[in-house]
Amino acid sequence: MKPLHLSHFTATSCLGRGLEATLQALRERKSGLKPCDFDIVDLPTYIGEVSGLEEVQLAPALKVYDCRNNRLAQLALEQDGFADAVRTAVAKYGTERVGVFVGTSTSGILQTELAYRRRDSSSGELPHDFDYDRTQNTFSVADFTRHFFGIQGPAVAISSACSSSAKVFASARRMMEAGLIDAAVVGGVDSLCLTTLYGFNSLGLCSPQACRPFDARRDGISIGEAGAFALLEWPQGELPKDAVLLAGIGESSDAYHMSSPHPEGLGARMAMEQALGSAGLRPQDIDYINLHGTATPSNDAAEGKAVLDLFGSHTPCSSTKGLTGHTLGAAGAIEAVVSALALQHGLMPAGANTQTLDPAISLDYLLDNRKVPVRYVLSNSFGFGGTNCSLVFGRAA
Amino acid sequence: MMSKALTAYIEGIGLIGRGLPDWTIAREVLAGRMPYELQPAVVPAPQLLPPAERRRCGNIVKLTLAVSSEAVAMAQADASTLPSVFTSSHGDAENCHAICDQLATDDKLISPTRFHNSVHNAASGYWSIATRAMAPASVLCGFDASFGAGLLEAMTQVAVDGTRCLLMAIDTEGPELIKDIRPKDGLLGIALVLSPQPRPQSVARIDIGLTHEAADRFTDAVLEQLRLNIASARGLPLLRQVALGQSGRVVLDYLDGTHIAAEVTPC
Repeated sequence: MKPLHLSHFTATSCLGRGLEATLQALRERKSGLKPCDFDIVDLPTYIGEVSGLEEVQLAPALKVYDCRNNRLAQLALEQDGFADAVRTAVAKYGTERVGVFVGTSTSGILQTELAYRRRDSSSGELPHDFDYDRTQNTFSVADFTRHFFGIQGPAVAISSACSSSAKVFASARRMMEAGLIDAAVVGGVDSLCLTTLYGFNSLGLCSPQACRPFDARRDGISIGEAGAFALLEWPQGELPKDAVLLAGIGESSDAYHMSSPHPEGLGARMAMEQALGSAGLRPQDIDYINLHGTATPSNDAAEGKAVLDLFGSHTPCSSTKGLTGHTLGAAGAIEAVVSALALQHGLMPAGANTQTLDPAISLDYLLDNRKVPVRYVLSNSFGFGGTNCSLVFGRAA
Repeated sequence: MMSKALTAYIEGIGLIGRGLPDWTIAREVLAGRMPYELQPAVVPAPQLLPPAERRRCGNIVKLTLAVSSEAVAMAQADASTLPSVFTSSHGDAENCHAICDQLATDDKLISPTRFHNSVHNAASGYWSIATRAMAPASVLCGFDASFGAGLLEAMTQVAVDGTRCLLMAIDTEGPELIKDIRPKDGLLGIALVLSPQPRPQSVARIDIGLTHEAADRFTDAVLEQLRLNIASARGLPLLRQVALGQSGRVVLDYLDGTHIAAEVTPC
């Protein structure tokens, strides 16, 4: 594929607001996870919460979109000069020539959960101030983003569970390659809610402590929330050496089970192979792999097998979910930003919380940061329903 | 037209909605060769799934499997090799309602089945599992713009990746409690198998692009109400043009101010 330039990008998670805070947490290996104290949730688990969302005020014209998820979207868009960069691109290409592709799994469902608690005690009706389509609906966060910038090009929410905001890159790239748009705002936003906390708990997938990807005693995920975005443009002129390019994309389905990965990681392997193929690279060209690494026993075992089969045991890799938590529909986007930071700063970030590596998975899993030049990174995102997406990012030089 | 056209060939069509029990009958109704009778939609049990799964899955899964099977059979395609695009204005809203209802009580321990069925890609996941399709699956939501969003995604897969693609635009009824939800009445699912090249089973060539022109409306009041009330039904004017078996141009509803123009040429 023709590489695309991530001309601007940003991330906000429990690690902090924007790139500087994110990079500092990666350098210090400082996890943002804490014991769950979200809303009225009573579960023995850890969460990655973005602080200060209660104070975020949506732009006056967009008040109807007010919910935790869209507040997180706006907060993320406003970091690192990202919103200004998008406005510049919209002015350059035209409002109709920019597209919006936002990944989310639960969008603003917390707003509905709260509304259901406020149902009229006699009629059972929902409160009149509840606006389903502009808060809870899956499209809401993409629609909010589109209106935030006055973009009139194609706009869509992509919701394939935990691969959602990796797959935004695939859809945006096709739309650009087809000539329908010249630039794309891609990203992922997912926020804490009772549905995912109690839902993953019901599947026995929430760890009672901060998650430990690829640890021999890993016992589940820590749910986090995040918003991360990138502006995709065709490379123009001579790019600076540390410019970040989307070089390859691979997508596949497990066709195996709704909530368990293929035990041999077959779908994961197909996605990684295709990503390498579309980038024109061999496995040995990849310097670092940002793993999906949720810290469930089955995900890490299956992903570990797939990586070992394709790359052997010598490619440095880690999951950054011990730092950020599993941000579900935002995971692909935030890990794309982590990959971009790895490329620009020559930093292979180690996983956090992991103490003793699983001896059954013989990978070069990083327990300490490595400061080395990084030319190509592969980032994995896999989701419920067996949707897999692998992305290859590279430096311009 | 404000953008260059994307081309594909329709090889298979699946359709279920009120008074539209399958494509064979719907083709006659949409072309005006048969009267439109508002019979309730009947969604067959998904034979592709094992009995236990058949019982546990919601209407949205059944509708997805039914219309997709019809389209794939007509296209004489191998479902296991087809990339797919699933689009829905709100997924399984009944299931979501049940979860939110329980989370508002003291017993918040929701069932694992309810939870894994709550993901927007549940029906798409069941389709891939049932047909052993390991090809990519794109899963989208555009609220009322869901059909247009799905059509654009499928057309770019065909045009850019050069693959055949199965488009599934699926909407089922939501809980009465949520007033804004679509569909307002009934359910509707459309599946299309699209191909980059013409083949003997192709029924029409479509060339689509974005436009500011107003979306076409049905002159039949009942069909027009259906189009407005169900996001996937916004695709029915395209199917009507195919059903007529004549060359023509239709404008489909998409986002406010941005619509999709489609030139339809019978094969």
